[in-house]
Amino acid sequence: MTAAPPPTSRSRPGPRLLEKIVPRVKTSKGKPSWPLIGRLLKGVSAMSGVVRVGRRLAIILAAWGAATLLAPAQAAAAKTKLVLGMSIEPPGLDPTIAAPVAIGQVVWQNVFQGLVRIDRDGKVQPQLAESWTVSPDGLTYTFKLRSGVKFQNGEVFESSVAKFALERANGKDSANPQKRFYSVITAIETPSPDTLVLKLTAPSGNLLFWLAWPAAVMVEPKSAADNKTTPVGTGPFKLKSWVKGDRVELTRDPNYWDKSRAVALEDVTFRFINDSQAQVAALLSGDVDAFSEFTAPELYGKFQSDQRFAAVIGNTELKVVAGMNNARKPFDDPRVRRALMMAVDRNLLIKGAWSGFGTPIGSHYTPNDPGYIDLTGVYPYDPKKAKALLAEAGYPDGFSFSFKMPQMGYATRTAEVLQAMFADVGVKMNIVPTEFPAKWVAEVLLAADYDMTIVAHAEPLDIEIYARDKYYFNYKNPAFVKANAEAERTTDPAARAKLYGDAQKILADDVPALYLFVLPKLGVWNAKLEGLWKNEPIPSNDVTEVRWTE
Amino acid sequence: MVKVLAWRVLTLLLTLLLISIAVFLILEVLPGDPAAIMLGTSAQPDTLAALRHQMGLDQPALLRYIGWISGMFVGDLGTSYTYGVPVGELIRERLAVSIPLMLLAMTLVLSIAVPLGVFAAARRGRAVDHAATLFAQLGIAVPNFWIGLLLILLFSLQLRWFPASGFRGWGAGVWSGLHALILPAVALAIPQAAILTRVTRSAVLDVLNEDFVRTARAKGVSRNRALWRHVVPNAMVPVVTIVGLQVPFLIAGGVLVENVFTLPGMGRLALQALAQRDLVVIKNVVMVFAGLVILANLIADAAYLMLDPRLRRRA
Repeated sequence: MTAAPPPTSRSRPGPRLLEKIVPRVKTSKGKPSWPLIGRLLKGVSAMSGVVRVGRRLAIILAAWGAATLLAPAQAAAAKTKLVLGMSIEPPGLDPTIAAPVAIGQVVWQNVFQGLVRIDRDGKVQPQLAESWTVSPDGLTYTFKLRSGVKFQNGEVFESSVAKFALERANGKDSANPQKRFYSVITAIETPSPDTLVLKLTAPSGNLLFWLAWPAAVMVEPKSAADNKTTPVGTGPFKLKSWVKGDRVELTRDPNYWDKSRAVALEDVTFRFINDSQAQVAALLSGDVDAFSEFTAPELYGKFQSDQRFAAVIGNTELKVVAGMNNARKPFDDPRVRRALMMAVDRNLLIKGAWSGFGTPIGSHYTPNDPGYIDLTGVYPYDPKKAKALLAEAGYPDGFSFSFKMPQMGYATRTAEVLQAMFADVGVKMNIVPTEFPAKWVAEVLLAADYDMTIVAHAEPLDIEIYARDKYYFNYKNPAFVKANAEAERTTDPAARAKLYGDAQKILADDVPALYLFVLPKLGVWNAKLEGLWKNEPIPSNDVTEVRWTE
Repeated sequence: MVKVLAWRVLTLLLTLLLISIAVFLILEVLPGDPAAIMLGTSAQPDTLAALRHQMGLDQPALLRYIGWISGMFVGDLGTSYTYGVPVGELIRERLAVSIPLMLLAMTLVLSIAVPLGVFAAARRGRAVDHAATLFAQLGIAVPNFWIGLLLILLFSLQLRWFPASGFRGWGAGVWSGLHALILPAVALAIPQAAILTRVTRSAVLDVLNEDFVRTARAKGVSRNRALWRHVVPNAMVPVVTIVGLQVPFLIAGGVLVENVFTLPGMGRLALQALAQRDLVVIKNVVMVFAGLVILANLIADAAYLMLDPRLRRRA
């Protein structure tokens, strides 16, 4: 086989060309050597290919560098855009016909407004109703409505529209999630365009609170049916687009009726990211400016120590409660329930399950709610006493039961800690994973076929569930029903708070469910933002008071 | 030829019909009432009944099935329980993300795996072969969502070249859409490319030992030409088979990568619909997946006919 000819590079001139330019010179050693210039030229031409590529690369990199340097300068000029991350996407945008709180978290206060609203401290404030009076017997509410309010499609807001909205929420075929609170309204009268009169069947101390909820926002007849996909409300923002599965974009309505209120933001985008690692990545890369409810407490520490972010921990209404089937042995014996409560070290549980973020509770009430009493000391952690009480109830060697566990993070971690704590007092807990919502709602909530379970109750002031005739706890206590009914009837806020305190005490003593802790609101946002809520007295993302501080 | 084609289409339709019956029956048996789930903890008997009536769940099963199938013929796939929009529209929006993602990933897979596999087989035992085998082992062992997380760490957080998540939609521009799909495509492509490299390599190795290759070389065909013109086309049949399997997987099975990159694709739609028991969406999504698998098989069969003239004659 013949030897292959030496490869010639087309990019550099071959040795012959170079010889023509720079002739070789004989040195004393007899070997031809290239003079310095020749050596340099050879070096340069040999590198010419590399130099060419290197030059091109340098130009590209410089251009890219310039582009990245220019980009932030552009962005800093006009900061009226907010990108807010949420972990769950709402299935629709009408909060009056569906239960998921994610709906209100996008549209409440931003797109829709109600007669009254709840402010960031959990207090009821007037909104589309300027003022109201309640009759002495508590059966008649007279609202004075604001004038000059317009919907985003131009329709005028007046008492007939308010009547339509409330009757729609109360209707026979309505799937309104808070219908049971509005069903106390029997008749709605509209004596004039700016007066609304509600007639009740019985006094309801909390009616104003529930009218402040997303489920009672004002909608108008012409657009109400399409609110699920194209919401039309009286709020400062209107829907720009909804890329299902990815984001909802709101833009400011230039015709917003409230000229006295300055809304700083022009564009608000809600991004739906449910993977917690992806949430971290989105925050760190600047794709998302804020997460009002960051889902992974174990990753939260990173933001607490980072100066670019404000990590604000607040309260929510999410009470993590381990419900027990009070109609089944051995949970029908209050001594067993109390013993199990004493077997739980709440602070250790919070540390283990939720990285130490969270507030322990002793009853079905949160520190946010009016009249809250700290009842964690009623049955404090005392495993010895717990074992003694179990023996007294007839279970000296403990017992075993099944625990239906939904798959949410807080549920699985709390279940594991509870299992260990119960084992310390001789009680064996068998964990049965139960898919939420499908299986859990059917088996636990509706059929009450379980021993013990765990879920976070999200609705505020829902202590009345223990007074219900049919609820998954199967708890029947006439004393509590009486106390709760009295509290609900009272219209004076101070008296009502005290009565709710009594109701809390009954539950703390009887322990129909194990009261564990309240989930924290882990807010993390760009340090330059202000106006986002610290606490969450109602699931929401009210961005009407948010602004960039530079 | 026409007879064969007609027979093929008939079997296709029959398969889809059987799948639709199976899906419908399974969903009937599955626990979980969609209306109860939608209302959640605030479900009351009267609101439940109202919602069930609205969703048409109070009709007998056979009527619902027939309604669904007849709707499919006119293109009306029903309305999603959770979103309230026509399912056809939902699926179309999601396919607009999943199919380009699959095409991008498949392009990467083919351009990496086929040359690498062929070179590894041709230079067996040498450096390229070892490198290719190592790449194949690692690529199969490492999960695609983990690769995705690493890519986000490097390219999104450190270098800021690509967005960390999300997909703005094709309306915002073709380049912006592609920009968002590149990292997920790479994450999806690497494990599949690893698998395909192994398959290509072993297929080429098999064919390299065939008599006709030795004959060609003896007759004077150069190494390269023998490799690419004689060996590779004969080794492509198992490769086409695997590609035909990978294509539907990339559309449906990319759910983990879609989750990491928060892409509104078909995988996530199926997952969300399942959790919400949105029966209408689940049924139709399964049918779409089944249709895609069958389509991919059909194309693979056509590719066999193209690759192997012997099959044409027999048909």
